[in-house]
Amino acid sequence: MLDKELRSMIGEVKDGRMDRRGFIKRMAAVGLTAPLANQILALGGVAMAEGPSTYKPTKRGGGGALKLLWWQGPTLLNPHFATGTKDQDGSRLFYEPLASWDPDGNMKLVLAAEIPSIQNGLLAADGKSVTWKLKPGVKWHDGKPFSADDVVFNWEYASDPATAAVTIGTYRDIKVEKIDDLTVRVLFNKPTPFWADAFVGAPNTIIPKHLFADYKGAKSREAPNNLSPIGTGPYKFVEFKPGDLVRGVINPDYHMPNRPYFDTLEMKGGGDAVSAARAVIQTGEYDFGYNIQVEDDVLLRLEKGGKGKAIYAVGGDTEFIALNFTDPNTEVDGERSSMKTKHPLFSDPAVRKALTMLVDRESVKKAIYGRAGRTTANFLNGPEKFVSKNNTWEFNIEKAAKLLDDAGWKPGADGIREKDGKKLKLLYQTSTNGPRQKTQAIVKQACQKAGIEVELKSVVASVFFSSDVGNPDTYPKFYADLEMFQIPMSQPDPSQHMRRYTSDRVATKENKWQGTNYPRWVNKDYDAIIAAAESEMDPIKRAALYIKANDLLIQEVVFIPVQHRLKVEAAANNLVCIVSGWANETDNLFDWYREA
Amino acid sequence: MSQYVLRRLLIAIPSLLGISIVLFVVLALAPGDPFSELATNPNVPPEVQAALRAKFGLDDPIHLRYLHWLNAMLHGDWGFSFVSRMNVDTLILQRLPATLYVIGSAQILALLIAIPVGVYAATKPYSLFDQIANTLAFVGFSLPTFFTGILFILIFSVTLDWLPFVYTTDIKATGIHWVLEMIRQAIMPVAVLGLFQAASMTRFVRSAMLDVIRLDYVTTARAKGLGQAKVIVKHVMRNAMIPVVTLIALQMPAVFGGAIVTEQIFRIPGIGSLLISSILSNDTPVVMAVTFVFACLVVLFNLIADVLYGWLDPRISLR
Repeated sequence: MLDKELRSMIGEVKDGRMDRRGFIKRMAAVGLTAPLANQILALGGVAMAEGPSTYKPTKRGGGGALKLLWWQGPTLLNPHFATGTKDQDGSRLFYEPLASWDPDGNMKLVLAAEIPSIQNGLLAADGKSVTWKLKPGVKWHDGKPFSADDVVFNWEYASDPATAAVTIGTYRDIKVEKIDDLTVRVLFNKPTPFWADAFVGAPNTIIPKHLFADYKGAKSREAPNNLSPIGTGPYKFVEFKPGDLVRGVINPDYHMPNRPYFDTLEMKGGGDAVSAARAVIQTGEYDFGYNIQVEDDVLLRLEKGGKGKAIYAVGGDTEFIALNFTDPNTEVDGERSSMKTKHPLFSDPAVRKALTMLVDRESVKKAIYGRAGRTTANFLNGPEKFVSKNNTWEFNIEKAAKLLDDAGWKPGADGIREKDGKKLKLLYQTSTNGPRQKTQAIVKQACQKAGIEVELKSVVASVFFSSDVGNPDTYPKFYADLEMFQIPMSQPDPSQHMRRYTSDRVATKENKWQGTNYPRWVNKDYDAIIAAAESEMDPIKRAALYIKANDLLIQEVVFIPVQHRLKVEAAANNLVCIVSGWANETDNLFDWYREA
Repeated sequence: MSQYVLRRLLIAIPSLLGISIVLFVVLALAPGDPFSELATNPNVPPEVQAALRAKFGLDDPIHLRYLHWLNAMLHGDWGFSFVSRMNVDTLILQRLPATLYVIGSAQILALLIAIPVGVYAATKPYSLFDQIANTLAFVGFSLPTFFTGILFILIFSVTLDWLPFVYTTDIKATGIHWVLEMIRQAIMPVAVLGLFQAASMTRFVRSAMLDVIRLDYVTTARAKGLGQAKVIVKHVMRNAMIPVVTLIALQMPAVFGGAIVTEQIFRIPGIGSLLISSILSNDTPVVMAVTFVFACLVVLFNLIADVLYGWLDPRISLR
């Protein structure tokens, strides 16, 4: 995007010569979606617009029961201890953040009264602080008033290492101060282009100070309210059985008009995704089922004459194959995949390039992901503003074979290519999971045709994703040549996602494999781009930097993107449910209703 | 008698200790980490996971962890779930009613079918009734519960729409409606489990009866002119029940242990589903508590079975 042109357009919006809608349309024309166009406007000096509301009911309650089916039920209800999204989903039923994300990635006000922007003075021009104004008159479910003290307390609570909160990453590097009873200011220690992390979205909901103040730090696990939340949300807590059931009832004093629609709420846990899809789509026993990772033809079959449908939310989750840049088969100082080694095959760029042409993304989409996937050439697939238009992908076995021929990799007697005595044999691992193992088979077949032998391996997810130092099969150890999985993108911003692959974050024995750069790829240009992006306040330049970072990952073939995956949910036909690809399923629950 | 029971209980202590050591070591050596899900969340720095491990004592040497656990267990503290951050005993007690109700009913159903059918089949071996009972029993225990469970769901829930296939613990009804609804939702899981159990048990009862029915004292009883019913019930069954009691006694712990597969299919919040979800999330304190309680129950019911032998057959003396 041309910097100057954009700037003048922002100017036009500010002066009222161009309307916001027109601006967003023109942004869309150059490949930027509404949420990002909106954030560009916010930083360019025009206030970020709140996402439009489609909520129709004109009175509170009267909607009967809402029955949710979470095939992995929440096991605890304190957002600061959530070990997975299921716990965040459960906590979000009762607790609320200052703002949430709607399906387009727009901000939606919840406990905040105004969206911070440079124009209204709430967002500092240097990006080093943001001020939040709180909605007046909000009450906790026990009748106590909600105030700035609660917000400040959440920061104190989570940033205390003794509390052992999982949200500490969000809160430890910021400072939060109370301006008055209804105003707080979040201070960053460096310019922070993405300021909407702390107190925003389902992972960062706010718990009441008056019930948790005595349980900060080492005593955190003794708090009785860890299992019986008193929040500010549309539903009040009734009952909780870990892994099985969460029940809520309408909050008659809810701070949003005419909301919520449903009188009672039930979140049932347990079982598996296929039977959850069946209970929602086919028999209609439940209204909504989350995370329906089921093959598309099964869903299509259930949908025929059924009572519900599958719905999709677009986020930034990418299923990818990572390449190992170190040698997994040589041990140096008791460490495999050591930084002191180079991968014997992948150090030849031709091999890496050839591999990209052997991943048949279209077939993977058709045979496995169906409506829940999109083919992609990029590692970074959202938000739209950060998605590169510079890359293309192709599946071409002949071209790959020729590339290998030209690079000197000639087929041996057994049909497997070799060069200087090194055979093109690869170990390709992933977590045990139907779609992933099928993808492996598709890739293996193409590789075989091109003269590359691929050995497949699948590791149980609880091991693959663990950080168990003693286990050789975890993804950070990467004792294989290729590995495939996805890292969920939990925010409409790429900073966390992209900084994982800088040189100083390499996973080694020394840091107990806690480094996030598991491909062990070292590139000074990439480091420089990420460093520049992290302090760049100009949204256009910043987006350009992340696009460049993505292009570098693709050109250097650190990753082979396989599929841009969408969130799949099952919903009753008459349920109007707002689900965002950038937020937890329950983040917009206050806007759900049933059509007559 | 009481001396015998006391001695058996004392012998149980070292064996339970041994069991607990084996369980603990196996769980400690098993791969995985209760906080592994955090690793895939880019928002959570790796240090958090390390801090949590340290906080919950996961980094201590294994023998220390075992002694901690043992000491707590002796004081009645069953441990603390890493995943739910609540006490394991509350977690288990929450799950117990559903398991007792569903699995218990299934066992009763199995007995109600197995004993009469097995006994009757044994009195008329190789008759038409016996043949049919045998065939059905074979079919019954050849079909795994995950298959019959899904079959039942497809027939009774999806096609006929008679029964719900998601078990709910909070039925919104009172009085008779609540009872009816509780029965309605338990029909399928109880039938699936009960019929599976009944199948193998029928075969067992039948062969135990056949062993006894040919003995001389039975002929004597018949020669005395006793009626068929009296011979079968008072003379044959009582003796034939000894192996059956063993079988039932050994299955009783399963009533508390739950049925992992069936509970998963019908979403019954029982001990079995707690166990499997804890195993999957590496929640070792819960897995440890459930398996250990299970081990205790097995030991206890073995003892009960032995005591029952003495009552069923006074010739067996307990010393």
